[in-house]
Amino acid sequence: MLGFVLRRLAGAIPTIFIVVTIAFFMIRAAPGGPFDLERPLDPLIMQNLNAAFHLDEPLWRQYLLYLGNLLQGDFGPSFTRRDFSVADLFAVGLPVSVTLGGLALSLALVVGASLGVLAALRQNKGADYAVVGIATFGITIPNFVVAPILSLLFGVWMGWLPAGGWGTPAHMVLPVVTLALPQIAIIARLTRGATIEALRSNHVRTARAYGLPTRVVVVTHTLRAAILPVVSYLGPAAAALLTGSVVVETIFGIPGIGRYFVQGALARDYTLVMGTVVVIAIFVVIFNLLVDLAYALLDPRVRYER
Amino acid sequence: MIKTMLKASALSLALAASLGVTGAPAFAQEVVYNRGNDTDPSSLDPHKTSTVAEAHVLRDLFEGLVVYNAAAEVIPGVAESWETSEDGLVYTFRLREDARWSNGDPVTASDFVFAFRRIQDPATAAGYANILHPIKNAEAINSGEMPKEELGARAIDERTLEITLANPTPYFIELLTHQTGLPLNQASVEEHGDAFTRPGNLVSNGAFMLDSFTPNDRIVMRKNPNFHDAENVQIDVVNFIPFEERATCVRRFEAGEVQSCSDLPSEQITELRERLGDQVRIAPYLGTYYLPVKVTKEKFADPRVREAMSMAIDRVFLADEIWQGTMVPAYSLVPPGINNYVEDAPTLEYADVDILDREDRAIALLEEAGVAAGELTVDLRYNTSENNKNTMTAVGEMLRNIGIESTLTEMEGATYFNYLKEDGDFDIARAGWIGDYNDPQNFLFLYESDNLGFNYPRWANEDYDRLMQQAETETDLAARAEILAEAERLFLSQVPAIPILYYTSKALVSPKLEGWEDNIMNVHGTRFLSLSN
Repeated sequence: MLGFVLRRLAGAIPTIFIVVTIAFFMIRAAPGGPFDLERPLDPLIMQNLNAAFHLDEPLWRQYLLYLGNLLQGDFGPSFTRRDFSVADLFAVGLPVSVTLGGLALSLALVVGASLGVLAALRQNKGADYAVVGIATFGITIPNFVVAPILSLLFGVWMGWLPAGGWGTPAHMVLPVVTLALPQIAIIARLTRGATIEALRSNHVRTARAYGLPTRVVVVTHTLRAAILPVVSYLGPAAAALLTGSVVVETIFGIPGIGRYFVQGALARDYTLVMGTVVVIAIFVVIFNLLVDLAYALLDPRVRYER
Repeated sequence: MIKTMLKASALSLALAASLGVTGAPAFAQEVVYNRGNDTDPSSLDPHKTSTVAEAHVLRDLFEGLVVYNAAAEVIPGVAESWETSEDGLVYTFRLREDARWSNGDPVTASDFVFAFRRIQDPATAAGYANILHPIKNAEAINSGEMPKEELGARAIDERTLEITLANPTPYFIELLTHQTGLPLNQASVEEHGDAFTRPGNLVSNGAFMLDSFTPNDRIVMRKNPNFHDAENVQIDVVNFIPFEERATCVRRFEAGEVQSCSDLPSEQITELRERLGDQVRIAPYLGTYYLPVKVTKEKFADPRVREAMSMAIDRVFLADEIWQGTMVPAYSLVPPGINNYVEDAPTLEYADVDILDREDRAIALLEEAGVAAGELTVDLRYNTSENNKNTMTAVGEMLRNIGIESTLTEMEGATYFNYLKEDGDFDIARAGWIGDYNDPQNFLFLYESDNLGFNYPRWANEDYDRLMQQAETETDLAARAEILAEAERLFLSQVPAIPILYYTSKALVSPKLEGWEDNIMNVHGTRFLSLSN
């Protein structure tokens, strides 16, 4: 098992390297630079700034410089937030995004899976139709609609929760719900489908034939098989949620790292964009690995020993 | 598994229920002002800043020689008085005795000298060093031709600062209200280097001092007990909260979580006015929105063509319909209400002519210039924004009324301004300018022929340049105003850029927040505000 994990992590290094390379040259290909503002700078000052940030060197050398720094764990200084390094920004933003994404994911898993199982057990009855209906609704309504509506409803009109901001647990409720809603919908649908299939499988029929109580049949024998597609979905979903959502963070005014990707790209803050790309790439690699490991635990057919 | 699921959801419900309690403010005795701002500052080092949002933050943290009061009038700050020499070149400032840094040290003349030298030092790479170029030798130091010790600023003693200018600059005192004129605590900057702006390191001399800075969340400042006017500062804590999404600020304002917003979502203006009444503040602002025309292209070389296009643009429609009254129709480059200018400032002579008559005159002008209807096609270029797009679309329709066809080209912000600056191949573009200081020179310098950064059309007019030169050395304010007005009249007759709108400042101000006076500079120092319950 350990050997498998190590092999996978080693295999991730070229992937991340390629991602970094492509991202580096793509953001540099965009016209303009971090110091091109509506009010242009004096050429002399521009020169001083470019020198300070090594922007006056040939691109290949900047690339090697960046790679070298990255290998030492140095994301470099931010071009547009000059009181902070990219690492400083992540040190503040990443825990926020991970908290938000983690809570949303947990909520989505609990609610989505429960609804999915419920729907499967009542297949083609009212409850099933309701769950499928709500799920479709949840998937189709985008975050940027849900977020302001929740904020208006619970923050402004009813005044139960803060309309935005970050700091206390109360501040987390609306953004977590907003982020979780589409995930609840997706997880509910996945669970429902997989549970229905599992309920029809041979081992469940056998368990029933033994006269085991429904609860045992569902919990012990059905769910374990039914949860597999959800687990494979959770890998990339977790990577996306934990690295922050631009929309939710902007609308609720949350200091996570999701906003940095867009802010960085628009302001041509090269190091900030690269930093977010690297962090997202690492999360994707890690969560795909976790999914594979979870498979080994859940599915007796999958074994990673040599 | 279902059991644990139920437990988990019960837990989350209980959690949610308990939150209502913890959400309440904990310190009732402290007056906390949550102040919406446009964005985070790119730095708290005044020398690395340039924007209005940054100025709001720095105005509370630091105090310059002079400051703006609530009505944006210049009042003494660290300087209690000053004298000007006969020739207008030497300013001698007497610093107040009780000016203190947040660590208790006195604010001395050498703190100003240190800051003024640092901003001109090429190594600082200060983007706005040019604001202080009127100081003697500043420009030479900034371009690395002279050591920074040669700067025309010296400390005669702890409390006497002498500044020598290269040319008499009648707006010099006004200039010193800008964040480039703020002092720095030499000891702390030298001790911490680039990290001097960090919470815990930053020593400031304004009404407030830095407590914490969480990017994208808030900057927390506390009242500075060492501030000379601390007894009149009513607010204990200011939280500057950045709102890139203006609608978010509106929601938090309506929920009572912030007491002011620094901008409004323009698409909601009408509705906001109905709902929030006089909490919506829209005030004239020192800024102009104009359309540079690439005069170096043959099709725009004839000033009559440019004038015809300018005539055909219905500014009232743009201001009222497109911008919902958040812009004011403009007929000049220098916005009204500016200091140091003539009584009857120059305007386009057809300002008061009915738009239909103007169209007829424009068509006649085009004919005179030999441009037949449908012969001229112009490309209207703008940077991404709903309002810019709507404005340019409407301008295109207006030009069609006089037989000029148009196409639209949109570019994303960073690319756009780089393109304009680099002599991009545009026909007609859009640009805006918000004055840094309250003087017409700050608008008219945009079209000096050697101002390659802003003179997007590359308009070069010797008479204009000569007038601007002349204004620079004229010490008599009234005579100088006449020269500047002459320059603007020339500009308006040639219209290398078509002024179409004046900006307004837009804000939401809670009735609980007292002392917020609308003013043309849009400055609202927190020390002049108070909060009631």
